[in-house]
Amino acid sequence: MPDVVVVGAGVVGAACAYYAARAGLDVLVVDRGAVAGGTTGAGEGNVLVSDKGPGPELDLALLSNRLWRDLAADGPDGGPDGGFEFEAKGGLVVAETDEVLEALTGLAGEQGVECVAVAAGELGDYEPHLAKGLAGGVFYPHDAQVQPMLAAARLIRRGAERFGHGALMLRTGVTVTGFLRDGDRVTGVTTSCGDILAGAVVNAAGTWGGEIAALAGVRVPILPRRGFILVTEPLAGPLIRHKVYTAGYVTAVASDSEGLETSAVVESTPSGPVLIGASRERVGFDRTISVPVLERLARQAVELFPALAAYRVIRAYCGFRPYCPDHLPVIGEDPRVPGLYHACGHEGAGIGLAPATGHLIARLLAGLDPDLDLAPFSPDRFPQEAS
Amino acid sequence: MTRIHDLAVVGAGPAGVAGALTAALAGLDVVLVDGAGRPGGQYFRRPAEGFHAARPGALHHGLDRFTRQWEALRERAEVLLSTRVWAVERADGAITVRCLEGDREERPRTVTARGLLVATGAHDRPLPFPGWDLPGVLTAGGAQALLKGDLVVAGRRVVVAGTGPFLLPVAAGLADAGAQVLGVHEANRRFGLARHPLLAAGRAAEALGYAARLARHRVPYSGREAVIAAHGETALTHVTVASLDAAWRPLSTRTVECDTLACGYGFVPQLDLPLQLDCATRRDPDGGPVVAVDAGMRTSVPGVYAAGEATGVGGAALAEVEGRIAGRAAAADLGRPTPPDPALSRRRDRLAAFARALQGAYPLRPGWQDWLRDDTLVCRCEEVPLSAVREAQAMGAVDARSVKLLARPGMGWCQGRMCGYAVACLVGEDPAPPRRPIAQPVRLGDLAARARPAPDGRKTSSEG
Amino acid sequence: MSGPYRLVRARPEPEFEISVDGAPVAVVPGQSVGAAMHGAGIRSWRTTRFGGRPRGLYCGIGVCFDCLVTVNGVPSLRACLTEARPGDLVTTGEAPAPSGAGGER
Ligand SMILES: Cc1cc2nc3c(=O)[nH]c(=O)nc-3n(C[C@H](O)[C@H](O)[C@H](O)COP(=O)(O)OP(=O)(O)OC[C@H]3O[C@@H](n4cnc5c(N)ncnc54)[C@H](O)[C@@H]3O)c2cc1C
Ligand SMILES: Cc1cc2nc3c(=O)[nH]c(=O)nc-3n(C[C@H](O)[C@H](O)[C@H](O)COP(=O)(O)OP(=O)(O)OC[C@H]3O[C@@H](n4cnc5c(N)ncnc54)[C@H](O)[C@@H]3O)c2cc1C
Ligand code: FES
Repeated sequence: MPDVVVVGAGVVGAACAYYAARAGLDVLVVDRGAVAGGTTGAGEGNVLVSDKGPGPELDLALLSNRLWRDLAADGPDGGPDGGFEFEAKGGLVVAETDEVLEALTGLAGEQGVECVAVAAGELGDYEPHLAKGLAGGVFYPHDAQVQPMLAAARLIRRGAERFGHGALMLRTGVTVTGFLRDGDRVTGVTTSCGDILAGAVVNAAGTWGGEIAALAGVRVPILPRRGFILVTEPLAGPLIRHKVYTAGYVTAVASDSEGLETSAVVESTPSGPVLIGASRERVGFDRTISVPVLERLARQAVELFPALAAYRVIRAYCGFRPYCPDHLPVIGEDPRVPGLYHACGHEGAGIGLAPATGHLIARLLAGLDPDLDLAPFSPDRFPQEAS
Repeated sequence: MTRIHDLAVVGAGPAGVAGALTAALAGLDVVLVDGAGRPGGQYFRRPAEGFHAARPGALHHGLDRFTRQWEALRERAEVLLSTRVWAVERADGAITVRCLEGDREERPRTVTARGLLVATGAHDRPLPFPGWDLPGVLTAGGAQALLKGDLVVAGRRVVVAGTGPFLLPVAAGLADAGAQVLGVHEANRRFGLARHPLLAAGRAAEALGYAARLARHRVPYSGREAVIAAHGETALTHVTVASLDAAWRPLSTRTVECDTLACGYGFVPQLDLPLQLDCATRRDPDGGPVVAVDAGMRTSVPGVYAAGEATGVGGAALAEVEGRIAGRAAAADLGRPTPPDPALSRRRDRLAAFARALQGAYPLRPGWQDWLRDDTLVCRCEEVPLSAVREAQAMGAVDARSVKLLARPGMGWCQGRMCGYAVACLVGEDPAPPRRPIAQPVRLGDLAARARPAPDGRKTSSEG
Repeated sequence: MSGPYRLVRARPEPEFEISVDGAPVAVVPGQSVGAAMHGAGIRSWRTTRFGGRPRGLYCGIGVCFDCLVTVNGVPSLRACLTEARPGDLVTTGEAPAPSGAGGER
């Protein structure tokens, strides 16, 4: 019997499993599909500290950023990319207008994150192909990038290889259908492939985390927020050196609009293509492609990097970010259901925040104090009645 | 105001042209779009005008009939050649067809219609083997297209391999055109002429014709044989031909010197456009997805029809019949009086049954996986070797999609068109309907050109 | 007259020339860039980005993207779909890297 069953083999589940195994626990990861087949397989791989205002999410992001670096440096072959294309390339946030630049530098001041103000005339030193006429920007050396699918798969494998045979196992094609209980306490899960007894269960089911919670009779409101990404043809060399995006976001708080929002996030990848994100829409789990959204993403990218106009888009995909009403993830033991731990609802930052989430969950599972205040992420912070 | 046609047809092969003409004759305002510069699709691909071929029909049966249909269509419908469709959308009962016009200019152009007939045909289905990406290795259809469209003989010393009746016209065409065809290696059993499935399909003359032509050129045609490796430094110099057991595992091998290999294991229907509209699919007998249609070639999406290879691989004659049925259904659905034509439906049923029989006679057997070595590329575009696919599987990528996410087969330029079938087989599943929201590469500048700026310029958080 | 021309009784118009890396290649009007090169014995005109493997025509109908080529400076065109025009300058090898700073292109 494993000490812990982790539901979900996305990047968050993988990180939870890895750190739990490292803490000496026997871990079984189950997923109804394949490894990284959920939202982790539909994201972009940004590991950002630059985009978060001061507060609990930034603290989580900073911890996670450090942990990503450790995980990369600790890769099996000692290579700098950890086996998952980790690149500490830094992020350049650019402002279109002086007004936005002011807001951007203001935010940078409050964040307390290492950063460098970049004057308009210096932008070209960072990104030679950046459009002319931008007001300036801020460079965040800590922003990084990973290939999220590889990261999830390799973390699970690394954990299995490193922490003793049997300490970390993955079972794919196993759908969790309910919980085994002893009174209130969770003692395992029922699945499409039989019951699994365990000391604790971690709900790392991402966008479907609310469904898992419901199986345990508790409400954790997680909803899908659709996003599209454009993928270009492979480029011979990197056109874009850093992660680059526009600062428009600092002028708007996290939006609660149902409607379409887009902002340009552009980056080269080690495999050659440029990734262009990202849109946000609340349309449920609707996969139908929306050409106007793709057009808007293209326009924003070309406005930022005019040279991109000549390159072709060969692919587009969409995914569903797991979001909570207050845009914070759910991390911690559920006081209503002892033995059930949640690690889900990371919205558009689950890749970046995965290691910190895993690390914190592992500490809880091992009976240690978490080294970050988890109150803002508590599972019972939402009103119980359906909204 | 953009003009709204009654019916947009994508594909100027036998299915699309017959469908467009039938619909136009029934009174519909039709627009037909094809990415190629000349009509004909794959089967009726014809030499460029500059050749002034007096007998283009020497390369295919029934070209005259097709040409008459095409001429009739041109008088009754708008035709847009060299116009590739990269996306179709449906909103408020109208279909928007997004195109790129010009083979190199790629000017964006939009066509709008009340109905859509998808007649996008198929492409070759390759199987990987060591060396299959060497220059000089072509798909069987590719060699055929070069000959039919450009009057270029693919090589001097040519080996033809794969499975299916299509190998015969390819070999016969190459031999007639002057290539030395060293052999036709059919991986399935070689049917004696008396039992050849083409006879059952009522195409005896065709089958006899190929046999006679191959015999005249002394081209050996052998069954249970395959090219299991191609060799050469920078271009093909020789191939390894193996005799196979019933499961296609190699029994013994020999080497054949050649400069060209034309190789194909059947066809894969092009489903990008119907899948963008969420048309339901079904499985063909070979396990591959095809568009599901009713007796009127209607897909599950109202106003969207499909005909030809997209509804199941069945050849040019079936494609034409299906096109005509679809054209009639579209006309009827838009209120044009169209009496039923039971003879047409019976003909379709008969040809479709033959197509199924043919597919049954030329199945793909799993032994081809034994031809691969660890370093054999499975995906040509992203240069993914078999070992990387196996490593991804070992890490928990249990389906083709997650293998693609981890190891990248299908992530490159061709978007899995060439490797998709093989990767699905390697992970032990039937190929999934391909999701390609962008059916043809489109320049970012062109995509950007139509976009309106965000309504209030507002943007929100950035992290993707 | 060569085999295929005889087969269909072609009476081709006079050929024109395109240049492939500076070398002339003859084209019958209407032929694709890829067909003309293949017919002239040029079997590959690009190398892959990881293994440097040579690539030319494969599928012949625009679906494999092996035959990508640069024509008159326009990169990543499918040679098998691109009809040759008199005087076309074809350059082989990797697509050119984007030039110059942003703002123009
Ligand atoms: C377009 C887009 C771009 C993004 N870009 C970024 C970015 O740049 N940086 C970033 O940090 N984040 C980004 N994100 C967000 C990020 O992808 C997610 O936050 C993150 O992947 C969530 O990971 P997860 O492990 O929680 O969920 P998932 O990866 O979805 O994993 C959950 C798993 O649970 C499994 N599961 C569900 N129900 C059950 C059940 N009943 N039984 C068994 N298994 C079950 C699913 O199969 C799935 O594999 C982006 C998201 C989108 C959509
Ligand atoms: C390379 C090749 C060669 C073949 N040669 C022969 C042969 O010699 N003899 C034989 O019996 N069978 C041949 N076939 C089999 C062929 O599939 C059928 O014989 C027949 O052509 C099918 O007719 P169709 O109308 O369904 O499609 P097709 O004839 O394939 O016509 C489809 C048309 O749709 C167009 N199209 C597809 N996608 C788009 C898009 N996104 N935008 C715009 N246009 C698009 C294509 O350009 C094409 O002209 C060949 C198949 C292939 C792939
Ligand atoms: S040869 Fe396949 S795309 Fe040109």
